[in-house]
Amino acid sequence: MEFADTLNALVYLLNKGVLNAAKIGSIYALGAVGITLIFGILRFAHFAHGDMMTFGALSAFFGTLWLRQQGINIEPIPTGLLALPVAALVTVGLALLIDRSVYAHFRAQKSPPVVFVMTSIGVTFILQGVIRLIGGTGDRQFFFTLVENGERLREDKARLLFDFEWLSEHFDGFAQKIVITAPQLALFVFTAVALFGLHRFLTRTRLGKGMRAVSDNEDLARISGIDVGKVVLFTWIIGGTLAAIAGTLLAMDTQYKPILAFNLLLPMFAAAIMGGVGKPFGAVAGAFIVGLAETFAVFDWRVVYNFLVPDEMHAATALALVPAEYKLAVPFVILVLVLIWRPTGIFRGQVL
Amino acid sequence: MSLLLEARGLVGGYGELTILHGCDLTVEAGRISVIVGANGAGKSTAMKAIFGLLPLREGSITFAGEDIVGRTPQELVALGMGYVPQMANVFPTLQVEENLEMGAFIAPDRVARGLERVYSIFPALQEKRRQPAGELSGGQRQMVAVGRALMMEPQLLMLDEPTAGLSPKVMRDIFDIILKVNEADVGVLMVEQNARQALEIADTGFVLGTGRNLYVDTGEALLADPEVARSFLGKRD
Ligand SMILES: Nc1ncnc2c1ncn2[C@@H]1O[C@H](COP(=O)(O)OP(=O)(O)O)[C@@H](O)[C@H]1O
Ligand SMILES: [Mg+2]
Repeated sequence: MEFADTLNALVYLLNKGVLNAAKIGSIYALGAVGITLIFGILRFAHFAHGDMMTFGALSAFFGTLWLRQQGINIEPIPTGLLALPVAALVTVGLALLIDRSVYAHFRAQKSPPVVFVMTSIGVTFILQGVIRLIGGTGDRQFFFTLVENGERLREDKARLLFDFEWLSEHFDGFAQKIVITAPQLALFVFTAVALFGLHRFLTRTRLGKGMRAVSDNEDLARISGIDVGKVVLFTWIIGGTLAAIAGTLLAMDTQYKPILAFNLLLPMFAAAIMGGVGKPFGAVAGAFIVGLAETFAVFDWRVVYNFLVPDEMHAATALALVPAEYKLAVPFVILVLVLIWRPTGIFRGQVL
Repeated sequence: MSLLLEARGLVGGYGELTILHGCDLTVEAGRISVIVGANGAGKSTAMKAIFGLLPLREGSITFAGEDIVGRTPQELVALGMGYVPQMANVFPTLQVEENLEMGAFIAPDRVARGLERVYSIFPALQEKRRQPAGELSGGQRQMVAVGRALMMEPQLLMLDEPTAGLSPKVMRDIFDIILKVNEADVGVLMVEQNARQALEIADTGFVLGTGRNLYVDTGEALLADPEVARSFLGKRD
Protein backbone atom coordinates (compact mmCIF):
# COMPACT_ATOMS: atom_id res chain seq x y z
CA MET A 1 0.00 0.00 0.00
CA GLU A 2 1.37 3.38 -0.95
CA PHE A 3 1.01 6.61 0.96
CA ALA A 4 -0.86 8.09 -1.99
CA ASP A 5 -3.57 5.50 -1.50
CA THR A 6 -3.95 6.41 2.16
CA LEU A 7 -4.38 10.02 1.04
CA ASN A 8 -6.83 8.90 -1.61
CA ALA A 9 -8.86 7.09 1.03
CA LEU A 10 -8.80 10.03 3.44
CA VAL A 11 -9.87 12.64 0.92
CA TYR A 12 -12.56 10.34 -0.44
CA LEU A 13 -13.85 9.86 3.11
CA LEU A 14 -13.88 13.60 3.67
CA ASN A 15 -15.67 14.25 0.39
CA LYS A 16 -18.31 11.53 0.38
CA GLY A 17 -18.64 11.09 4.13
CA VAL A 18 -17.92 14.15 6.23
CA LEU A 19 -19.03 16.75 3.69
CA ASN A 20 -22.30 14.95 2.99
CA ALA A 21 -22.94 14.58 6.70
CA ALA A 22 -22.25 18.29 7.23
CA LYS A 23 -24.58 19.17 4.36
CA ILE A 24 -27.55 17.15 5.56
CA GLY A 25 -26.71 18.03 9.17
CA SER A 26 -26.97 21.74 8.29
CA ILE A 27 -30.39 21.22 6.70
CA TYR A 28 -31.59 19.28 9.73
CA ALA A 29 -30.14 21.92 12.06
CA LEU A 30 -31.99 24.81 10.38
CA GLY A 31 -35.25 22.86 10.60
CA ALA A 32 -34.77 21.36 14.06
CA VAL A 33 -33.99 24.75 15.60
CA GLY A 34 -37.39 26.00 14.42
CA ILE A 35 -39.14 22.88 15.69
CA THR A 36 -37.51 23.13 19.10
CA LEU A 37 -38.22 26.87 19.44
CA ILE A 38 -41.86 26.37 18.51
CA PHE A 39 -42.10 23.50 20.96
CA GLY A 40 -40.47 25.48 23.75
CA ILE A 41 -42.68 28.51 23.32
CA LEU A 42 -45.98 27.24 21.90
CA ARG A 43 -45.64 23.82 23.50
CA PHE A 44 -46.60 21.56 20.64
CA ALA A 45 -44.86 19.40 18.06
CA HIS A 46 -45.14 21.35 14.83
CA PHE A 47 -45.51 18.58 12.27
CA ALA A 48 -46.19 21.06 9.49
CA HIS A 49 -42.60 22.34 9.73
CA GLY A 50 -41.37 20.12 6.92
CA ASP A 51 -44.06 21.40 4.59
CA MET A 52 -43.18 24.95 5.51
CA MET A 53 -39.70 24.11 4.19
CA THR A 54 -41.21 22.74 0.98
CA PHE A 55 -43.36 25.84 0.68
CA GLY A 56 -40.28 28.03 1.13
CA ALA A 57 -38.46 26.12 -1.61
CA LEU A 58 -41.43 26.44 -3.95
CA SER A 59 -41.66 30.20 -3.33
CA ALA A 60 -37.95 30.48 -4.05
CA PHE A 61 -38.41 28.51 -7.27
CA PHE A 62 -41.11 30.88 -8.52
CA GLY A 63 -38.96 33.82 -7.44
CA THR A 64 -36.06 32.38 -9.41
CA LEU A 65 -38.25 31.88 -12.48
CA TRP A 66 -39.46 35.47 -12.31
CA LEU A 67 -35.97 36.91 -11.81
CA ARG A 68 -34.64 34.85 -14.73
CA GLN A 69 -37.48 36.04 -16.97
CA GLN A 70 -36.74 39.63 -16.00
CA GLY A 71 -33.09 39.02 -16.77
CA ILE A 72 -32.08 40.05 -13.26
CA ASN A 73 -28.89 38.46 -11.99
CA ILE A 74 -25.78 39.22 -10.03
CA GLU A 75 -22.86 37.07 -11.16
CA PRO A 76 -21.73 34.71 -9.70
CA ILE A 77 -24.55 34.41 -7.16
CA PRO A 78 -27.09 31.75 -8.18
CA THR A 79 -30.47 33.32 -8.95
CA GLY A 80 -32.08 31.03 -6.38
CA LEU A 81 -30.20 32.82 -3.61
CA LEU A 82 -31.46 36.17 -4.86
CA ALA A 83 -34.99 34.82 -4.55
CA LEU A 84 -34.36 33.59 -1.01
CA PRO A 85 -35.27 36.79 0.90
CA VAL A 86 -38.67 36.92 -0.76
CA ALA A 87 -39.17 33.19 -0.20
CA ALA A 88 -38.38 33.68 3.49
CA LEU A 89 -40.85 36.56 3.68
CA VAL A 90 -43.60 34.54 2.00
CA THR A 91 -42.94 31.56 4.28
CA VAL A 92 -43.06 33.72 7.40
CA GLY A 93 -46.30 35.21 6.07
CA LEU A 94 -47.75 31.72 5.65
CA ALA A 95 -46.62 30.71 9.15
CA LEU A 96 -48.27 33.80 10.65
CA LEU A 97 -51.42 33.27 8.61
CA ILE A 98 -51.69 29.71 9.90
CA ASP A 99 -50.93 30.82 13.45
CA ARG A 100 -53.52 33.62 13.45
CA SER A 101 -56.24 31.63 11.72
CA VAL A 102 -55.71 28.21 13.35
CA TYR A 103 -53.37 27.92 16.33
CA ALA A 104 -54.38 31.26 17.92
CA HIS A 105 -57.94 29.96 18.16
CA PHE A 106 -56.86 26.94 20.19
CA ARG A 107 -54.50 29.05 22.30
CA ALA A 108 -57.42 31.31 23.23
CA GLN A 109 -59.38 28.21 24.25
CA LYS A 110 -56.41 26.93 26.24
CA SER A 111 -56.67 23.60 24.41
CA PRO A 112 -54.52 20.70 25.61
CA PRO A 113 -51.30 19.93 23.66
CA VAL A 114 -52.81 16.91 21.91
CA VAL A 115 -55.30 19.22 20.17
CA PHE A 116 -52.41 21.31 18.84
CA VAL A 117 -50.56 18.24 17.62
CA MET A 118 -53.61 16.93 15.78
CA THR A 119 -54.20 20.41 14.36
CA SER A 120 -50.64 20.65 13.11
CA ILE A 121 -51.06 17.27 11.39
CA GLY A 122 -54.19 18.66 9.74
CA VAL A 123 -52.26 21.75 8.68
CA THR A 124 -49.61 19.45 7.17
CA PHE A 125 -52.18 17.79 4.92
CA ILE A 126 -53.67 21.13 3.88
CA LEU A 127 -50.22 22.51 3.10
CA GLN A 128 -49.33 19.45 1.03
CA GLY A 129 -52.46 20.05 -1.01
CA VAL A 130 -51.80 23.75 -1.40
CA ILE A 131 -48.20 23.08 -2.42
CA ARG A 132 -49.33 20.68 -5.20
CA LEU A 133 -52.09 23.05 -6.24
CA ILE A 134 -49.63 25.91 -6.71
CA GLY A 135 -46.51 24.06 -7.81
CA GLY A 136 -47.88 20.93 -9.46
CA THR A 137 -46.89 17.38 -8.65
CA GLY A 138 -43.68 17.27 -10.67
CA ASP A 139 -40.07 17.96 -9.73
CA ARG A 140 -38.41 21.27 -10.60
CA GLN A 141 -34.79 22.22 -11.17
CA PHE A 142 -33.42 25.48 -9.81
CA PHE A 143 -30.75 25.52 -12.51
CA PHE A 144 -32.65 25.42 -15.78
CA THR A 145 -32.42 26.65 -19.33
CA LEU A 146 -34.81 29.45 -20.12
CA VAL A 147 -36.00 29.70 -23.73
CA GLU A 148 -36.91 33.27 -24.60
CA ASN A 149 -37.52 34.50 -28.17
CA GLY A 150 -35.82 31.39 -29.46
CA GLU A 151 -32.78 32.17 -27.34
CA ARG A 152 -31.57 29.57 -24.85
CA LEU A 153 -30.39 31.06 -21.55
CA ARG A 154 -28.58 28.62 -19.29
CA GLU A 155 -27.75 28.92 -15.64
CA ASP A 156 -25.32 26.36 -14.32
CA LYS A 157 -24.48 25.44 -10.76
CA ALA A 158 -21.29 27.31 -10.00
CA ARG A 159 -18.79 25.05 -8.32
CA LEU A 160 -15.60 25.23 -6.39
CA LEU A 161 -13.12 22.57 -7.41
CA PHE A 162 -10.38 21.44 -5.06
CA ASP A 163 -8.13 19.12 -7.07
CA PHE A 164 -5.15 19.21 -4.64
CA GLU A 165 -2.65 19.69 -7.48
CA TRP A 166 0.23 20.01 -5.05
CA LEU A 167 -0.60 16.61 -3.54
CA SER A 168 -0.87 14.84 -6.90
CA GLU A 169 2.48 16.31 -7.97
CA HIS A 170 4.20 14.97 -4.88
CA PHE A 171 2.40 11.68 -4.45
CA ASP A 172 2.17 9.56 -7.51
CA GLY A 173 -1.23 7.94 -7.80
CA PHE A 174 -3.14 10.54 -5.78
CA ALA A 175 -6.18 11.52 -7.81
CA GLN A 176 -9.01 12.77 -5.59
CA LYS A 177 -11.09 15.89 -6.09
CA ILE A 178 -13.55 17.67 -3.90
CA VAL A 179 -16.30 19.66 -5.54
CA ILE A 180 -18.44 22.05 -3.53
CA THR A 181 -21.33 23.62 -5.42
CA ALA A 182 -22.54 27.16 -4.85
CA PRO A 183 -25.74 26.02 -3.04
CA GLN A 184 -23.65 23.84 -0.73
CA LEU A 185 -21.28 26.67 0.05
CA ALA A 186 -24.26 28.95 0.65
CA LEU A 187 -25.75 26.32 2.95
CA PHE A 188 -22.62 26.17 5.12
CA VAL A 189 -22.29 29.94 5.26
CA PHE A 190 -26.00 30.57 5.94
CA THR A 191 -26.15 27.89 8.62
CA ALA A 192 -23.12 29.27 10.42
CA VAL A 193 -24.35 32.87 10.19
CA ALA A 194 -27.95 32.02 11.12
CA LEU A 195 -26.97 29.95 14.15
CA PHE A 196 -24.44 32.52 15.35
CA GLY A 197 -27.03 35.27 14.89
CA LEU A 198 -29.67 33.24 16.72
CA HIS A 199 -27.31 32.67 19.63
CA ARG A 200 -26.60 36.41 19.88
CA PHE A 201 -30.31 37.16 19.65
CA LEU A 202 -31.26 34.70 22.39
CA THR A 203 -28.52 35.71 24.80
CA ARG A 204 -28.01 39.42 24.13
CA THR A 205 -31.32 41.00 23.22
CA ARG A 206 -34.31 41.81 25.38
CA LEU A 207 -36.73 39.98 23.09
CA GLY A 208 -34.43 36.97 22.79
CA LYS A 209 -34.17 36.67 26.56
CA GLY A 210 -37.93 37.12 26.72
CA MET A 211 -38.29 34.18 24.33
CA ARG A 212 -36.19 32.01 26.62
CA ALA A 213 -38.23 33.23 29.58
CA VAL A 214 -41.52 32.26 27.93
CA SER A 215 -40.00 28.88 27.08
CA ASP A 216 -39.02 28.45 30.76
CA ASN A 217 -42.29 29.54 32.34
CA GLU A 218 -45.03 31.22 30.35
CA ASP A 219 -47.17 32.21 33.36
CA LEU A 220 -44.26 33.88 35.10
CA ALA A 221 -43.37 35.61 31.83
CA ARG A 222 -46.85 37.16 31.69
CA ILE A 223 -46.67 38.16 35.35
CA SER A 224 -43.33 39.85 34.66
CA GLY A 225 -44.94 41.92 31.95
CA ILE A 226 -43.36 40.14 28.98
CA ASP A 227 -45.35 40.57 25.78
CA VAL A 228 -46.04 36.89 25.04
CA GLY A 229 -47.85 37.74 21.79
CA LYS A 230 -44.72 39.42 20.46
CA VAL A 231 -42.61 36.45 21.52
CA VAL A 232 -44.95 34.11 19.62
CA LEU A 233 -44.72 36.38 16.56
CA PHE A 234 -40.93 36.27 16.60
CA THR A 235 -40.92 32.52 17.09
CA TRP A 236 -42.76 32.15 13.78
CA ILE A 237 -40.56 34.74 12.09
CA ILE A 238 -37.40 32.87 13.10
CA GLY A 239 -38.84 29.39 12.49
CA GLY A 240 -40.30 30.40 9.10
CA THR A 241 -37.11 32.10 7.92
CA LEU A 242 -34.89 29.16 8.85
CA ALA A 243 -37.36 26.73 7.25
CA ALA A 244 -37.35 28.72 4.00
CA ILE A 245 -33.55 28.85 3.93
CA ALA A 246 -33.22 25.11 4.59
CA GLY A 247 -35.90 24.11 2.06
CA THR A 248 -34.54 26.36 -0.67
CA LEU A 249 -30.90 25.38 -0.26
CA LEU A 250 -31.77 21.70 -0.18
CA ALA A 251 -33.88 22.08 -3.33
CA MET A 252 -31.10 24.06 -5.03
CA ASP A 253 -28.56 21.39 -4.13
CA THR A 254 -30.78 18.56 -5.37
CA GLN A 255 -34.12 19.56 -6.84
CA TYR A 256 -37.52 20.81 -5.74
CA LYS A 257 -40.01 18.00 -5.06
CA PRO A 258 -43.50 18.30 -3.55
CA ILE A 259 -42.39 15.65 -1.05
CA LEU A 260 -39.17 17.47 -0.22
CA ALA A 261 -40.03 17.45 3.49
CA PHE A 262 -41.03 13.83 3.68
CA ASN A 263 -37.54 12.54 4.39
CA LEU A 264 -36.71 15.47 6.65
CA LEU A 265 -39.42 15.46 9.29
CA LEU A 266 -38.34 12.34 11.17
CA PRO A 267 -34.61 13.19 11.34
CA MET A 268 -35.42 16.76 12.37
CA PHE A 269 -37.66 15.60 15.21
CA ALA A 270 -35.04 13.04 16.21
CA ALA A 271 -32.49 15.89 16.33
CA ALA A 272 -34.76 18.21 18.33
CA ILE A 273 -35.62 15.52 20.87
CA MET A 274 -32.06 14.30 21.13
CA GLY A 275 -30.87 17.83 21.79
CA GLY A 276 -33.46 18.34 24.52
CA VAL A 277 -36.71 19.91 23.41
CA GLY A 278 -36.71 23.70 23.80
CA LYS A 279 -32.89 23.89 23.50
CA PRO A 280 -31.94 25.40 20.14
CA PHE A 281 -28.26 24.52 20.38
CA GLY A 282 -29.05 21.05 21.59
CA ALA A 283 -31.08 20.68 18.40
CA VAL A 284 -28.06 21.80 16.34
CA ALA A 285 -25.86 19.20 18.02
CA GLY A 286 -28.59 16.59 17.55
CA ALA A 287 -28.91 17.54 13.87
CA PHE A 288 -25.23 16.98 13.15
CA ILE A 289 -25.18 13.74 15.14
CA VAL A 290 -28.19 12.44 13.18
CA GLY A 291 -26.60 13.65 9.92
CA LEU A 292 -23.33 11.87 10.68
CA ALA A 293 -25.04 8.67 11.87
CA GLU A 294 -27.28 8.55 8.82
CA THR A 295 -24.49 9.26 6.34
CA PHE A 296 -22.06 6.77 7.79
CA ALA A 297 -24.68 4.07 8.32
CA VAL A 298 -25.31 3.90 4.58
CA PHE A 299 -21.75 4.89 3.60
CA ASP A 300 -20.24 2.48 1.11
CA TRP A 301 -16.79 1.72 2.52
CA ARG A 302 -15.79 -0.28 -0.56
CA VAL A 303 -13.80 2.52 -2.22
CA VAL A 304 -11.95 3.35 0.98
CA TYR A 305 -11.28 -0.33 1.62
CA ASN A 306 -10.01 -0.94 -1.89
CA PHE A 307 -7.56 1.95 -1.59
CA LEU A 308 -6.15 0.45 1.57
CA VAL A 309 -5.81 -3.25 0.69
CA PRO A 310 -3.76 -5.03 -2.00
CA ASP A 311 -5.47 -5.52 -5.38
CA GLU A 312 -6.19 -9.22 -4.90
CA MET A 313 -8.28 -8.44 -1.79
CA HIS A 314 -10.49 -5.84 -3.47
CA ALA A 315 -14.17 -6.00 -2.64
CA ALA A 316 -16.59 -6.14 -5.51
CA THR A 317 -19.84 -5.51 -3.65
CA ALA A 318 -21.02 -2.65 -1.48
CA LEU A 319 -19.65 -2.51 2.06
CA ALA A 320 -22.26 -0.54 3.97
CA LEU A 321 -23.63 -1.04 7.48
CA VAL A 322 -27.17 -0.41 6.32
CA PRO A 323 -28.52 -0.65 2.76
CA ALA A 324 -29.22 2.83 1.34
CA GLU A 325 -32.97 2.11 1.08
CA TYR A 326 -33.12 1.96 4.88
CA LYS A 327 -31.54 5.36 5.43
CA LEU A 328 -34.69 6.73 7.08
CA ALA A 329 -34.56 3.91 9.62
CA VAL A 330 -31.41 5.43 11.13
CA PRO A 331 -33.01 8.57 12.61
CA PHE A 332 -35.96 6.41 13.60
CA VAL A 333 -33.73 4.07 15.59
CA ILE A 334 -31.93 7.08 17.13
CA LEU A 335 -35.28 8.57 18.13
CA VAL A 336 -36.42 5.33 19.76
CA LEU A 337 -33.13 4.91 21.62
CA VAL A 338 -33.18 8.50 22.90
CA LEU A 339 -36.79 8.17 24.03
CA ILE A 340 -35.94 4.99 25.93
CA TRP A 341 -32.67 6.05 27.52
CA ARG A 342 -32.88 9.78 27.86
CA PRO A 343 -36.28 11.25 26.98
CA THR A 344 -35.17 14.72 28.09
CA GLY A 345 -32.39 14.66 25.49
CA ILE A 346 -28.66 15.01 25.97
CA PHE A 347 -29.04 18.61 27.14
CA ARG A 348 -32.02 18.01 29.45
CA GLY A 349 -34.87 19.82 27.75
CA GLN A 350 -38.58 19.61 28.40
CA VAL A 351 -40.36 16.26 28.23
CA LEU A 352 -42.61 15.76 25.21
CA MET B 1 -55.39 57.02 55.18
CA SER B 2 -55.61 56.39 51.47
CA LEU B 3 -55.95 52.86 50.19
CA LEU B 4 -53.35 51.81 47.62
CA LEU B 5 -55.17 48.59 46.83
CA GLU B 6 -58.82 48.03 47.51
CA ALA B 7 -60.44 44.74 46.53
CA ARG B 8 -64.07 44.35 47.59
CA GLY B 9 -66.47 41.41 47.38
CA LEU B 10 -64.29 39.19 45.19
CA VAL B 11 -66.20 36.25 43.72
CA GLY B 12 -64.45 33.91 41.32
CA GLY B 13 -62.66 30.61 40.85
CA TYR B 14 -61.57 28.06 38.29
CA GLY B 15 -64.19 27.39 35.64
CA GLU B 16 -67.45 26.42 37.34
CA LEU B 17 -65.70 25.99 40.67
CA THR B 18 -66.13 29.06 42.90
CA ILE B 19 -63.27 29.53 45.37
CA LEU B 20 -63.64 33.19 46.40
CA HIS B 21 -66.95 34.00 48.08
CA GLY B 22 -66.85 37.73 48.54
CA CYS B 23 -63.62 38.42 50.41
CA ASP B 24 -62.19 41.93 50.80
CA LEU B 25 -58.47 42.72 50.74
CA THR B 26 -56.90 46.14 51.18
CA VAL B 27 -53.43 47.64 51.44
CA GLU B 28 -52.76 51.16 52.68
CA ALA B 29 -50.11 53.13 50.83
CA GLY B 30 -46.68 52.17 52.08
CA ARG B 31 -48.05 49.66 54.62
CA ILE B 32 -47.95 45.90 55.00
CA SER B 33 -51.05 43.71 54.73
CA VAL B 34 -50.79 40.02 55.53
CA ILE B 35 -53.19 37.26 54.50
CA VAL B 36 -53.24 34.12 56.62
CA GLY B 37 -55.57 31.13 56.62
CA ALA B 38 -55.74 27.38 56.29
CA ASN B 39 -54.48 25.52 53.25
CA GLY B 40 -56.99 25.76 50.44
CA ALA B 41 -58.67 28.84 51.93
CA GLY B 42 -58.22 30.66 48.63
CA LYS B 43 -55.28 32.91 49.53
CA SER B 44 -53.33 32.23 46.33
CA THR B 45 -56.52 32.38 44.31
CA ALA B 46 -57.24 35.86 45.70
CA MET B 47 -53.74 37.02 44.77
CA LYS B 48 -54.18 35.68 41.22
CA ALA B 49 -57.57 37.39 40.94
CA ILE B 50 -56.08 40.73 41.95
CA PHE B 51 -53.24 40.33 39.44
CA GLY B 52 -55.59 39.71 36.51
CA LEU B 53 -54.86 36.00 36.17
CA LEU B 54 -58.36 34.84 37.05
CA PRO B 55 -61.63 36.17 35.67
CA LEU B 56 -63.82 37.66 38.42
CA ARG B 57 -67.52 36.99 38.54
CA GLU B 58 -68.24 39.79 40.99
CA GLY B 59 -66.35 42.40 42.92
CA SER B 60 -64.31 45.52 42.41
CA ILE B 61 -60.57 46.15 42.55
CA THR B 62 -58.92 49.54 42.50
CA PHE B 63 -55.23 50.36 42.56
CA ALA B 64 -54.27 53.95 43.48
CA GLY B 65 -57.89 54.86 42.82
CA GLU B 66 -57.97 53.31 39.37
CA ASP B 67 -60.29 50.42 38.43
CA ILE B 68 -58.08 47.48 37.46
CA VAL B 69 -60.65 44.72 36.92
CA GLY B 70 -59.94 43.02 33.58
CA ARG B 71 -56.47 44.54 33.18
CA THR B 72 -53.71 42.25 31.92
CA PRO B 73 -50.70 41.51 34.15
CA GLN B 74 -48.59 43.51 31.71
CA GLU B 75 -50.74 46.61 32.30
CA LEU B 76 -50.61 46.09 36.06
CA VAL B 77 -46.81 45.94 36.00
CA ALA B 78 -46.82 49.23 34.11
CA LEU B 79 -49.16 50.73 36.72
CA GLY B 80 -46.74 49.87 39.53
CA MET B 81 -47.67 46.43 40.82
CA GLY B 82 -45.24 43.54 41.21
CA TYR B 83 -46.24 39.96 41.98
CA VAL B 84 -44.18 37.00 43.18
CA PRO B 85 -46.25 33.82 42.82
CA GLN B 86 -46.04 30.93 45.26
CA MET B 87 -44.56 28.30 42.96
CA ALA B 88 -42.11 28.34 40.04
CA ASN B 89 -41.30 32.00 40.50
CA VAL B 90 -37.95 32.17 38.68
CA PHE B 91 -36.89 31.36 35.11
CA PRO B 92 -34.61 28.39 35.85
CA THR B 93 -32.46 28.43 32.68
CA LEU B 94 -32.03 32.20 32.65
CA GLN B 95 -29.11 33.69 34.53
CA VAL B 96 -29.84 35.65 37.70
CA GLU B 97 -29.35 38.97 35.96
CA GLU B 98 -31.49 37.90 33.00
CA ASN B 99 -34.25 36.95 35.45
CA LEU B 100 -34.07 40.44 36.91
CA GLU B 101 -34.05 42.08 33.47
CA MET B 102 -37.31 40.29 32.67
CA GLY B 103 -38.91 42.23 35.51
CA ALA B 104 -38.37 45.43 33.53
CA PHE B 105 -39.18 43.93 30.13
CA ILE B 106 -41.78 46.62 29.45
CA ALA B 107 -39.35 49.47 30.15
CA PRO B 108 -35.81 48.66 28.95
CA ASP B 109 -34.57 52.11 29.96
CA ARG B 110 -35.20 51.22 33.60
CA VAL B 111 -33.13 48.03 33.63
CA ALA B 112 -29.88 49.66 34.74
CA ARG B 113 -31.46 51.55 37.62
CA GLY B 114 -33.51 48.53 38.64
CA LEU B 115 -30.47 46.26 38.71
CA GLU B 116 -28.55 48.74 40.82
CA ARG B 117 -31.40 48.92 43.32
CA VAL B 118 -31.96 45.16 43.48
CA TYR B 119 -28.24 44.45 43.93
CA SER B 120 -28.11 46.98 46.74
CA ILE B 121 -30.94 45.11 48.49
CA PHE B 122 -29.54 41.65 47.65
CA PRO B 123 -25.74 41.93 47.42
CA ALA B 124 -25.54 38.12 47.30
CA LEU B 125 -27.26 38.15 43.90
CA GLN B 126 -24.61 40.34 42.32
CA GLU B 127 -22.00 37.64 42.90
CA LYS B 128 -24.27 35.07 41.28
CA ARG B 129 -25.47 37.26 38.43
CA ARG B 130 -24.18 34.96 35.68
CA GLN B 131 -25.48 31.75 37.27
CA PRO B 132 -28.70 30.12 36.03
CA ALA B 133 -31.41 30.76 38.61
CA GLY B 134 -32.34 27.07 38.64
CA GLU B 135 -29.00 26.24 40.24
CA LEU B 136 -29.50 28.52 43.26
CA SER B 137 -30.57 27.54 46.78
CA GLY B 138 -34.20 28.04 47.81
CA GLY B 139 -33.49 31.27 49.67
CA GLN B 140 -31.47 32.77 46.83
CA ARG B 141 -34.14 31.78 44.34
CA GLN B 142 -36.69 33.61 46.45
CA MET B 143 -34.41 36.67 46.39
CA VAL B 144 -34.28 36.50 42.58
CA ALA B 145 -38.06 36.25 42.48
CA VAL B 146 -38.55 39.25 44.77
CA GLY B 147 -35.80 41.16 42.96
CA ARG B 148 -37.53 40.55 39.61
CA ALA B 149 -40.77 42.00 41.00
CA LEU B 150 -38.90 45.06 42.33
CA MET B 151 -37.21 45.96 39.02
CA MET B 152 -39.94 48.43 38.01
CA GLU B 153 -39.90 50.05 41.48
CA PRO B 154 -43.52 49.12 42.15
CA GLN B 155 -45.77 50.86 44.65
CA LEU B 156 -47.23 47.52 45.64
CA LEU B 157 -45.37 44.25 46.05
CA MET B 158 -47.51 41.11 46.21
CA LEU B 159 -45.81 38.06 47.74
CA ASP B 160 -47.36 34.61 47.93
CA GLU B 161 -45.71 32.60 50.73
CA PRO B 162 -42.22 33.97 50.18
CA THR B 163 -40.77 31.86 53.02
CA ALA B 164 -42.38 28.50 52.18
CA GLY B 165 -39.88 25.69 52.59
CA LEU B 166 -37.08 27.92 53.84
CA SER B 167 -35.08 27.44 57.05
CA PRO B 168 -35.95 29.70 60.03
CA LYS B 169 -32.78 31.71 59.50
CA VAL B 170 -33.45 32.33 55.80
CA MET B 171 -37.06 33.07 56.69
CA ARG B 172 -35.92 35.86 59.03
CA ASP B 173 -33.62 37.19 56.27
CA ILE B 174 -36.53 37.35 53.85
CA PHE B 175 -38.73 39.11 56.45
CA ASP B 176 -35.93 41.63 57.07
CA ILE B 177 -35.74 42.30 53.35
CA ILE B 178 -39.50 42.78 53.12
CA LEU B 179 -39.30 45.32 55.94
CA LYS B 180 -36.41 47.05 54.22
CA VAL B 181 -38.32 47.24 50.93
CA ASN B 182 -41.35 48.55 52.83
CA GLU B 183 -39.26 51.31 54.42
CA ALA B 184 -38.94 52.81 50.94
CA ASP B 185 -42.76 53.28 51.03
CA VAL B 186 -43.54 50.20 48.98
CA GLY B 187 -46.89 48.70 49.97
CA VAL B 188 -46.80 44.95 50.61
CA LEU B 189 -49.56 42.36 50.28
CA MET B 190 -48.22 39.08 51.58
CA VAL B 191 -49.64 35.60 52.06
CA GLU B 192 -47.86 33.69 54.84
CA GLN B 193 -47.95 30.29 56.45
CA ASN B 194 -45.75 31.49 59.30
CA ALA B 195 -48.73 33.45 60.55
CA ARG B 196 -47.36 34.64 63.88
CA GLN B 197 -44.14 36.14 62.49
CA ALA B 198 -46.01 37.65 59.56
CA LEU B 199 -48.71 39.27 61.69
CA GLU B 200 -46.00 40.77 63.87
CA ILE B 201 -44.88 42.93 60.96
CA ALA B 202 -48.40 43.46 59.54
CA ASP B 203 -50.22 46.78 59.69
CA THR B 204 -53.38 44.96 58.63
CA GLY B 205 -54.10 41.23 58.83
CA PHE B 206 -56.72 39.24 56.95
CA VAL B 207 -57.72 35.77 58.10
CA LEU B 208 -59.28 33.99 55.15
CA GLY B 209 -61.48 30.86 55.23
CA THR B 210 -63.29 29.32 52.27
CA GLY B 211 -62.88 32.49 50.26
CA ARG B 212 -64.36 34.78 52.92
CA ASN B 213 -62.88 37.21 55.44
CA LEU B 214 -63.05 35.49 58.84
CA TYR B 215 -61.21 38.27 60.70
CA VAL B 216 -59.82 41.63 59.62
CA ASP B 217 -57.86 43.78 62.05
CA THR B 218 -54.44 45.21 62.78
CA GLY B 219 -51.72 42.59 63.04
CA GLU B 220 -51.34 43.35 66.71
CA ALA B 221 -55.04 42.92 67.48
CA LEU B 222 -55.21 39.62 65.60
CA LEU B 223 -52.22 38.30 67.53
CA ALA B 224 -53.94 39.27 70.76
CA ASP B 225 -57.30 37.74 69.80
CA PRO B 226 -57.60 34.39 71.64
CA GLU B 227 -60.07 33.07 69.06
CA VAL B 228 -57.65 33.73 66.19
CA ALA B 229 -54.73 32.42 68.21
CA ARG B 230 -56.48 29.15 68.94
CA SER B 231 -57.58 28.37 65.39
CA PHE B 232 -54.84 29.88 63.23
CA LEU B 233 -51.66 30.65 65.09
CA GLY B 234 -50.92 27.35 66.80
CA LYS B 235 -49.42 27.38 70.22
CA ARG B 236 -47.21 30.22 71.31
CA ASP B 237 -43.51 29.44 71.23
N1 LIG C 1 -55.65 25.83 38.91
C1 LIG C 1 -56.64 25.38 39.71
N2 LIG C 1 -57.70 24.74 39.17
C2 LIG C 1 -58.70 24.28 39.97
N3 LIG C 1 -58.73 24.40 41.30
C3 LIG C 1 -57.71 25.04 41.90
C4 LIG C 1 -56.60 25.55 41.14
N4 LIG C 1 -55.73 26.11 42.00
C5 LIG C 1 -56.27 25.97 43.23
N5 LIG C 1 -57.44 25.33 43.17
C6 LIG C 1 -58.31 25.02 44.31
O1 LIG C 1 -58.74 26.23 44.87
C7 LIG C 1 -58.78 26.14 46.28
C8 LIG C 1 -57.98 27.27 46.89
O2 LIG C 1 -56.63 27.12 46.50
P1 LIG C 1 -55.52 28.20 46.86
O3 LIG C 1 -56.03 29.54 46.53
O4 LIG C 1 -54.27 27.77 46.21
O5 LIG C 1 -55.40 28.01 48.43
P2 LIG C 1 -54.34 28.61 49.46
O6 LIG C 1 -53.37 29.42 48.70
O7 LIG C 1 -55.15 29.39 50.42
O8 LIG C 1 -53.71 27.42 50.12
C9 LIG C 1 -58.25 24.76 46.64
O9 LIG C 1 -59.35 23.93 46.93
C10 LIG C 1 -57.55 24.30 45.41
O10 LIG C 1 -57.66 22.91 45.27
MG1 LIG D 1 -51.35 29.21 48.28
